[in-house]
Amino acid sequence: MTAGARVGSALGRAAVGLLVPVALVALWWWTSRDSDSYLFPPLGEILESLRDDWFGDRLGSDVAPSLRRFGIGFGLAAVLGVAAGTVIGLTPWLRRATQPVVELVRSIPAPLLFPIALVLFGIGDGSKVALIVLGAVWPVLLNTVDGVRGVDPQVLDVARSFRLPARTRLGRVVLPAAGPMIAAGLRIGLSVALLLTVVSEMRGGTNGLGFRIRADQRSFDTASAYAGVLVIGMVGLAVNLLFVAVERRVMRWHRGARGLLEPDRRPGSDRRPGQAPRPEPTAPEAAP
Amino acid sequence: MRAVGWPLLGIAVVLAAFEVAPRVGVLPGSSFPTSSEVLVAMADLAGTAELWGALGDTLGSWAWAMLLAAAVAVPLGLAMGSSRVVERLLRPTVEFLRPVPSIALVPVLVLVYGTEPALTVALGAVAAAFPLLFQAMYGVADVDPVALDMGRAYGLGRFRRAWRITLPSCAPYLATGLRIAGSVALILVVTGEYAVGVAGLGREVYVAQSAGAYDEAYAWVVLTGLLGMAVNLGFGALERRYLWWHASRRPPVTGGW
Repeated sequence: MTAGARVGSALGRAAVGLLVPVALVALWWWTSRDSDSYLFPPLGEILESLRDDWFGDRLGSDVAPSLRRFGIGFGLAAVLGVAAGTVIGLTPWLRRATQPVVELVRSIPAPLLFPIALVLFGIGDGSKVALIVLGAVWPVLLNTVDGVRGVDPQVLDVARSFRLPARTRLGRVVLPAAGPMIAAGLRIGLSVALLLTVVSEMRGGTNGLGFRIRADQRSFDTASAYAGVLVIGMVGLAVNLLFVAVERRVMRWHRGARGLLEPDRRPGSDRRPGQAPRPEPTAPEAAP
Repeated sequence: MRAVGWPLLGIAVVLAAFEVAPRVGVLPGSSFPTSSEVLVAMADLAGTAELWGALGDTLGSWAWAMLLAAAVAVPLGLAMGSSRVVERLLRPTVEFLRPVPSIALVPVLVLVYGTEPALTVALGAVAAAFPLLFQAMYGVADVDPVALDMGRAYGLGRFRRAWRITLPSCAPYLATGLRIAGSVALILVVTGEYAVGVAGLGREVYVAQSAGAYDEAYAWVVLTGLLGMAVNLGFGALERRYLWWHASRRPPVTGGW
């Protein structure tokens, strides 16, 4: 295939991918164009609100605070989850002792625990961040435990016979080997954290994406509420793309990293049957 | 220590901590019941119609959400996994929609459904659809092409190839998808009940919390957690029972970690 043909087919593929979204948006635009139902505002009005309100004043007054809480909450959840998960994963008795409690707590929908966060951390940002951490920490923790446990024992033995100090063993052997699992857990945690950011703002507060959408809904400004949902979608997409980009850089050495977005279809790849191509985050996903 | 020793010790430590902390004032006693109070409240709830009614409401919404999600997402995922054209058509749209937290739909759903159970069904179905779709897609894409060729060489028709080769090969993927979707859907159903006031476990938590009956509120919260565990373990047990024949017998995604 010549370079020109390759560019052509890539363009063609992009065009095919855009076909459905464009068709859906067109359909939405067409069916809603004269709608005067407040449930189903014209797409034009939604986009106007998106441009004038959400990309106007609300970018600073609502989107930025949401992103700040989300970033702090997710960061704390990541640090706590990886740290606790490493300790638990390396300590068999601790793992056995914590398992039932962890299984129970992570099965509780985090929003139900918001009142606890309110009592302990007040009505400001503290309780919102606490709720985000409380929900997003589990997938990170569980995947870290699994990843740390899954380190090839021979490699650990070799590291020990070479008398690598514990710190080096941890930083150079255990954590890199658990890296792909940890990354998968972090990615789930990312979605959970975004979800809980919005939920915590819906329950209380004075600004943020969740708060503003709820307020719009209550004042029957549906177009603006829909526009807010679109903003959340864009934020979700953006942080996911950012995460994948960072993961690809950090995990470049790992062969699984190449198959992240495209399922690996080559026959004879070294996956076991029945397993998704990346360490597909399974049970821990149930975290919010 | 014996097999059950450490887990029991872990539970005991947590129960003891939540018994002592509110009493000595580490946690504010006014809004934190002790663990014994919560256990008593759970025992009080056990025989009531309230409990079984709420449980039935929640499980009903959950079941409908799972059915809806499976009916839409599995065929779509199978189509995307078996046809490059379909995958290229739909993949970008799906990837765009996936990170949107389904909870963001709540304000819109409230306008449409009010506090009808349809709201939690819709919420749960949207959340459950994505794991099912992706597992179905990966599962059908992972069918051994040699097995399919052999089926063709032996003269199996399209339908029997699908029934005898493709479906059994993707069954474990679908089972994993069902288990993940089951947990996620339950969490969103309860969250919807809690946030909007649809009948079910989530609303009971909210009602007890607003009445200041914290022991009862936490009893409901713990019950919700137990239900979530039961759903997860139940799907795991089904997998072990019906997929024992599969070569993979996948690594311990269900049991211990």
